[in-house]
Amino acid sequence: MFHRFANPARFSRIAARVLPWSAAATIALFVIGIYFALFASPADFQQGETVRIMYVHVPSAWISMACYTFIAVMSAVALIWKHPLADIAARSAAPLGAGFTLIVLITGSLWGKPTWGTWWVWDARLTSVLVLFFLYLGHIALTNAFDNPQRGARAAAVLALVGFVNIPIIKFSVNWWNTLHQPASVTRLDAPAIDPAILTPLLLMALAFTFYFLTMLLVRMRADLNATRARALRLSAAE
Amino acid sequence: MEDITNYLDMGGHAAFVWPALGVATLVIVVMTITSLRALRASKIALSAAEAQAPLRRSRTTPVGTDG
Repeated sequence: MFHRFANPARFSRIAARVLPWSAAATIALFVIGIYFALFASPADFQQGETVRIMYVHVPSAWISMACYTFIAVMSAVALIWKHPLADIAARSAAPLGAGFTLIVLITGSLWGKPTWGTWWVWDARLTSVLVLFFLYLGHIALTNAFDNPQRGARAAAVLALVGFVNIPIIKFSVNWWNTLHQPASVTRLDAPAIDPAILTPLLLMALAFTFYFLTMLLVRMRADLNATRARALRLSAAE
Repeated sequence: MEDITNYLDMGGHAAFVWPALGVATLVIVVMTITSLRALRASKIALSAAEAQAPLRRSRTTPVGTDG
């Protein structure tokens, strides 16, 4: 089924049609999410008002890991089946992933100071997220390091697959090691350990961030497809 | 007025909550602007390339299309 959408021209047409709707959904979700996060939710009984930082920190963390997983899957598809759209998807997602990881690191630090009493500790969770940020930067650098875009894409794909080992480390670091960072409270096998008053804005913001990510991914993929086609046309005109 | 001041004070944590939300907003705005600019630039580049190679267009169109 997916190969139908993997055709670059068809993908571009579908993306152009989907974009206005996904952009509208993103804006609507952000408006509702921010209203709940800033006005319609109480302060946490332990964290106080700093819980509001969680409404951007946690969704960004989820997206940063989901984005890397997406890049790793696309890299595998690109290396095995040599599909150009998979390369485009991977390199379009990487700057977004880096942006979300930057949000995670900075907001986490701003939450850590009043809550833990420190901006930063070299514990397993924080360090592995910092490694994730550097993996994103490495991916972006490798993609642009070669004159031949295909060589850059292949090198970045190998990095993405090797670096994927970091994702389970991030996820389970809070269980495997003694970390300052608390364990998962939403994505657990039993029910979430969060009061609905806090969980509602968190899930709304997570939905808004997800739609935002997908919308920007489509925008960047369309831009990359256009640029790739323009380059091919220029090369064929120069022959 | 006092309500607004209390709200902005964020229970004494204003120095942490607002910068955190500000940074998140800034990163999202920057990502949005750079992505939209890239799309606009790519459309201009594609139109220019298509205008430069009008004769080749019919030959290159089937590559990567469903035509």
